[in-house]
Amino acid sequence: MTTAVSFQEVSRHFGAVRAVDRVDLDIREGEFFAMLGPSGSGKTTCLRLMAGFEQPTAGHIEIFGETAEGVPPYRRSVNTVFQDYALFPHLNVLDNVAYGLMVRGVARAERHAQAEAALDLVKLPGYGGRKPGQLSGGQRQRVALARALVNRPKVLLLDEPLGALDLKLREQMQEELKSLQKALGITFVFVTHDQGEALSMADRIAVFSEGRIMQIGTPEEVYKRPRSRFVADFVGSSNVLPPDFTARHGGARQWASLRPEALRLAEDGVGIAATVVGRAYLGASTRLILDAEGERIHAVLPAGASLPGDGAAIRLAFDKADLHVMEDQS
Amino acid sequence: MTMVAAADPIRPGRGGFFGALSDVLWRNPRLTLFLMLTPPLLWLGIIYLGSLFALLLQSFFSIDEYSGLIRREFTLSTYAELLNRANIDIIVRTLVMSASVTVGAAIVAFPIAYFAARYARGKWKALFYLGIMLPLWSSYLVKVYAWKLILAREGILNWLFAKLHLTWLLDAWLAIPVVGGNSLSVSHTGTFLVFLYVWLPYMILPVQAALERVPGNLVEASADLGASPRQTFSNVLLPLALPGVIAGSIFTFSLTMGDYIIPQIVGTSRRFIGQAVYAHQGTAGNIPLAAAFTVVPIVVMGFYLWFAKRRGAFDAL
Repeated sequence: MTTAVSFQEVSRHFGAVRAVDRVDLDIREGEFFAMLGPSGSGKTTCLRLMAGFEQPTAGHIEIFGETAEGVPPYRRSVNTVFQDYALFPHLNVLDNVAYGLMVRGVARAERHAQAEAALDLVKLPGYGGRKPGQLSGGQRQRVALARALVNRPKVLLLDEPLGALDLKLREQMQEELKSLQKALGITFVFVTHDQGEALSMADRIAVFSEGRIMQIGTPEEVYKRPRSRFVADFVGSSNVLPPDFTARHGGARQWASLRPEALRLAEDGVGIAATVVGRAYLGASTRLILDAEGERIHAVLPAGASLPGDGAAIRLAFDKADLHVMEDQS
Repeated sequence: MTMVAAADPIRPGRGGFFGALSDVLWRNPRLTLFLMLTPPLLWLGIIYLGSLFALLLQSFFSIDEYSGLIRREFTLSTYAELLNRANIDIIVRTLVMSASVTVGAAIVAFPIAYFAARYARGKWKALFYLGIMLPLWSSYLVKVYAWKLILAREGILNWLFAKLHLTWLLDAWLAIPVVGGNSLSVSHTGTFLVFLYVWLPYMILPVQAALERVPGNLVEASADLGASPRQTFSNVLLPLALPGVIAGSIFTFSLTMGDYIIPQIVGTSRRFIGQAVYAHQGTAGNIPLAAAFTVVPIVVMGFYLWFAKRRGAFDAL
């Protein structure tokens, strides 16, 4: 399988700040790849390194086997969907979408036909005559997508593309992006701080923290078998259990993670004693915030179960198989 | 947690005249607007526009060639005089100079404004504003006389050209008819350079303000879509900065058209519109012709703005 984007020991420093620090990364052709991390973790800088807006301080970047460092953005077959869309305010939607073709000298009729087709693809047919200012956030998002896709990039970069949309629209766009990517077969690289988004859309996820990659894997690997406490905590708010706690409850004396939905209420006399501190209603389930032997534990229980009230003393149980001992014990 | 007890749900009025006045003004925004706008509008409307129209009215009167008195009867004869050969020369010369100064200022101002808007931060930005504004603090006459010395045959510019063994280049330039002359200080080139220097801040500031409003990611987006820096400039930066360039050009163009001091101190003896107005309303006492001359810049600016609007220069506003 071809490697679409390859980072070898890539660093990008801004003065003393190590925005990206010795990152190794291989993104496969045709894959939907998510870069997940909190703000300031270096994921966006990595995206900008791929686009060519930043140059690495050290290391080597390849795009489809060709050296990318020192190559300006306009010579890369890579297109970006910007976080705030960056549509040209003085051009109408059709000319925005046709821009990439226009600067490459495609004749007017031809580029407009292709731009119309791209607008059809993102389900905005007939919107060509409007100015970006006349569109809603969701529509601008689609125009930005069409503007990038019309150039048939080898790699499509998406910088938090769904961040500014409301929940309903975001879920709809997630599905559409996923099916678009499948249909077009283009490599998508997607930056997000939303673990739910990364888990539901990506083929593989790289979890970033402080300029480094903490873990790369499929959503299931990252979710169920986090390598470190950071990943466990950041991807889906796992319970991170200290070595003593793990040892008392049937595990080795090591840091472990336990998914909140792996916990269930148990009868008196078995499991772990805990006190209810608070609860959050999530619709299909309820999250209980518990104090168990001095540890703050989250348990997600399905709707319909009778739930203890605040301050109630309860017992918790889980299957040993769900207890995941982390590789990185630091 | 205890909170400080809340005050009354509705607090009593501040009392006094000013307290009552603020309440009234708050309740009547139109009254506030009226009070704020009336004094400046009166000033602009009566003192400024009023006297301008009074002057323009004069252009429809004529002067009695024998007595030198103004005949207060409607006539177009002054305009006929305005369009004679010598006066047309003055108008064309002024327009060409104004246009050259405007284009020159736009070319020089753009990179400076771009740097200031894109890259200058903190201390550098302050330095930029100081550098742009500082020349405006010193007297206009001082600057113009300073330029006369700089451009003179014994001046520093000639000396520099001599040191660089480029005197032949300067001489070749000065040998060109119309733009050349005996020395830079008595040529149209000299007049152009001084105009360019004096009006440059009026071009830089609006262009910088316009560029400041262009989000940086539009430049990145353009490059991302495959546009070379030159294509990004002509397709994204220039159209979006155009309202600023037009605003600046209104300044440089109209200021050059109206100026009568610079061409008098630096340049040839051939007159510009400003000098003609000055001469006609002063020594010659021909107020109608002076008034007719002042109509020219107004008409030209009107056409210029109409044309700029038609070409979509303000679409990005």
